Amino acid sequence: MASHVDALYFFLIGLTAFFSMLIAGTIVFYAVKFRRRSPDSVGARIEGGLVLELTWSIIPFFIVLFIFGWGARVFFAMSRPPEETLNVYVVGKQWMWKFQHLNGQREINELHVPVGRAVKLIMTSEDVIHDVFVPAFRVKADVIPGRYTHLWFQPTKPGRYHLFCAEYCGTKHSGMVGQVVVQEPDEYEAWLATGRAEGSLASAGGKLFQDLACNTCHRPDAQGRGPILQGLYGKTITLASGERQVVDEAYLRESILNPGEKVTQGFQPVMPAYQGLVTEDGVLQLIEYVKSLQSGALTAPLRPATGGPAAGETRPARGNEVR
Amino acid sequence: MSSSTTLLPPRHYLNNGYGIKSWLLTRDHKRIALLYLAGVTFFFFLGGAFAVMIRLELATPAGDLMTDDTYNKMFTMHGVMMVFFFLIPAIPGVLGNFFIPIMIGAKDLAFPKLNLASWYIFMIGAAFTTYAVVTGGLDTGWTFYTPFSTASSTSAVVPAALGIFINGFSGILTGLNFIVTIHRMRAPGMTWFRLPLFVWSHYATSLIMVLGTPVLAITIVLVAAERIFSFGIFDPTRGGDPVLFQHLFWFYSHPAVYIMVLPAMGVISELIAAFCRKQVFGYTFVAFASLGIAILGFLVWGHHMFVAGQSVYAALIFSILSFLVAIPSAVKVFNWTATMYKGSISWETPMLYAIGFIGLFTIGGLTGLFLAAVGLDIHVTDTYFIVAHFHYIMVGGTIMAYLGGLHYWWPKIAGRTYNELLAKVSAAIIFFGFNLTFFPQFIVGYLGMPRRYHTYPPEFQVLNVLSSAGASILGIGYLLPMCYLAWSLRYGKLAGSNPWGAVGLEWTTTSPPPTDNFTETPVVTWDAYEYPTRVEGHVA
Repeated sequence: MASHVDALYFFLIGLTAFFSMLIAGTIVFYAVKFRRRSPDSVGARIEGGLVLELTWSIIPFFIVLFIFGWGARVFFAMSRPPEETLNVYVVGKQWMWKFQHLNGQREINELHVPVGRAVKLIMTSEDVIHDVFVPAFRVKADVIPGRYTHLWFQPTKPGRYHLFCAEYCGTKHSGMVGQVVVQEPDEYEAWLATGRAEGSLASAGGKLFQDLACNTCHRPDAQGRGPILQGLYGKTITLASGERQVVDEAYLRESILNPGEKVTQGFQPVMPAYQGLVTEDGVLQLIEYVKSLQSGALTAPLRPATGGPAAGETRPARGNEVR
Repeated sequence: MSSSTTLLPPRHYLNNGYGIKSWLLTRDHKRIALLYLAGVTFFFFLGGAFAVMIRLELATPAGDLMTDDTYNKMFTMHGVMMVFFFLIPAIPGVLGNFFIPIMIGAKDLAFPKLNLASWYIFMIGAAFTTYAVVTGGLDTGWTFYTPFSTASSTSAVVPAALGIFINGFSGILTGLNFIVTIHRMRAPGMTWFRLPLFVWSHYATSLIMVLGTPVLAITIVLVAAERIFSFGIFDPTRGGDPVLFQHLFWFYSHPAVYIMVLPAMGVISELIAAFCRKQVFGYTFVAFASLGIAILGFLVWGHHMFVAGQSVYAALIFSILSFLVAIPSAVKVFNWTATMYKGSISWETPMLYAIGFIGLFTIGGLTGLFLAAVGLDIHVTDTYFIVAHFHYIMVGGTIMAYLGGLHYWWPKIAGRTYNELLAKVSAAIIFFGFNLTFFPQFIVGYLGMPRRYHTYPPEFQVLNVLSSAGASILGIGYLLPMCYLAWSLRYGKLAGSNPWGAVGLEWTTTSPPPTDNFTETPVVTWDAYEYPTRVEGHVA
């Protein structure tokens, strides 16, 4: 990705240098060649020329169209992560970055990822707007309270890379920095394993699900007062208003914090709002728990925290890429 | 073409009353222009002082000069002062106010009392914001992004915002005054297509001021309402949407970029024509390019939000619209360059500023293409690349043009000329200092240094030191004109009515002009910049 951005950058550097030199060169040349030779002389009478005006309108038009197309191509590639991604949840707060890996490993201001894998960050903020910026990967995205934004990259070289907060967020904005630690896969696995004692993100979510007594209404059979959650993630449901809704992370978040907003058809708006009662980290754990509930989950309520490279993978849902 | 005189005219606007009341209660657009000159000069140097503090702090990677909170206030107040109390009012308030009526052959603006009121509103707004600066400062950035500004910042957001809100009315009223004046007050024979391009560009600017500023006013009221009454407008924990603020803010603030740069373009058209003694090439294209920029400027605000969770398709639409704004801007640059062809070019100070403007504006404009290309904007937005880009437009463009215009019209304003050698040296110092300050920022931005950083990784230090060194040179460059222009007020050589041998109604009246601008209403029978075959009696 970085090489695509850089190619466009250096093309534009060339273009800028060419036109700046052209204009500056012409100005200096004219300023010398047509310098005033006697105090009373005036310039030639020239009003303008339609052909020239059209030339220097139409040529730049096609040039900018070309740059637009190039920029759009690079942007499309940036905004479409591949099917299989390693997902990491990010919560920004004044003034630190919290990362949660799917197996339950958590870290602050450091993000460990394996080399060669496409990594997708699913991000939100606890307070004001922040922004994840990794210059080496040429990626940047705002981290906005009340929303999930996404960003993906595929590191190609092990090493430590700057991670900056790029949206001004108050006192220690310039201290809200961290590092992306890109490791060889086996090193990464070893690092990941150090955090497994606490259990996976989904299992933490499952515990929270019981602590908050969500399970009294959201039951795996049709007896609960709330919708069945097994196999729900990624589906398209019908709301009480008749509208269709893709069940993505943003919808799950809204339905936890402010459930009255978009009630599933056939259910009463009886669920209390959890706004202010669950932390952003907790919401992400609950979401990961709901994601882990497959259809027929009675036999396998929680995804086991297995080893191997498949550990952190999720099945991307169609339609949840709307940023 | 009136010939140079060596005596001051017996009656002119400067000796028409001397008391403080004759200034503070004046309805003469020329005196009001000088009131603006005093105001914007003060805020320019105040904003400049904050810039000096920023550059001093950034000379080293560690935060060793001031605390992080103080630094955050420094860059916020630098931005607020420069944008709202210098860049927006400077050229329209000073040069537009003084010269639009004279250039169209009018005695004054259409609403002289309203014009004075605009200045008072500007000063009252500025006083509120300065009050905020003195009592604790402001740390939100000049962009006031929510929910930081409404829910998190503990600084004086409300008084600062109130000052900007009040100041907005000054812009709206000035815009209205200009529009009505240009429509209704033109001298006999001064048709629309005989108007100097300076007037055209102010007409386009006035449209933006009148249509755009109310949106800023409403946005600021909403921010204040959320802060004071805890309404849930922008704060997501109260059901608001923080990104909504950015839409509202940039819907005004992007057009505001053109409020700052269109008048500058108008000045450059005048300078190029006068110092080439030649009609501006493609007059109608340049005139309509101003209107084109003003209209397109309202459709591109989303390019400030490519990383703010915008949809892919919205981003692409804002991207292509932003590219389209490049065309009328490019047309202007090409026309100015073509104007020089077969001109009679003199290298006096205002022309040096004009040439400097074209070069720096070209770089500023072309680096805008980097930012309109979405895929590349993602990397460079919110870094020093952006900082460099808009300083090339605002400082390399607007301030260069403002200084060029001030030097060009100073003999008319003051009736006396300044020291030409000193002025040329200052122009060179400013050009050099500017580039040394801001060019390294393009590089450090691409390398990844985010903007608004109090401390930074040590690998960025070399470029930051260059930048800070440039800033100190630039500072000296700006202090010099203030000194020699002030000196010339009393000791400068008498200018005569037309020291440059230029055409345009402002050069047909005395220097300084009489209170009513002309002894009798001029009748215009010639096109803008129509030069006779030789400039008679001109011995400069």
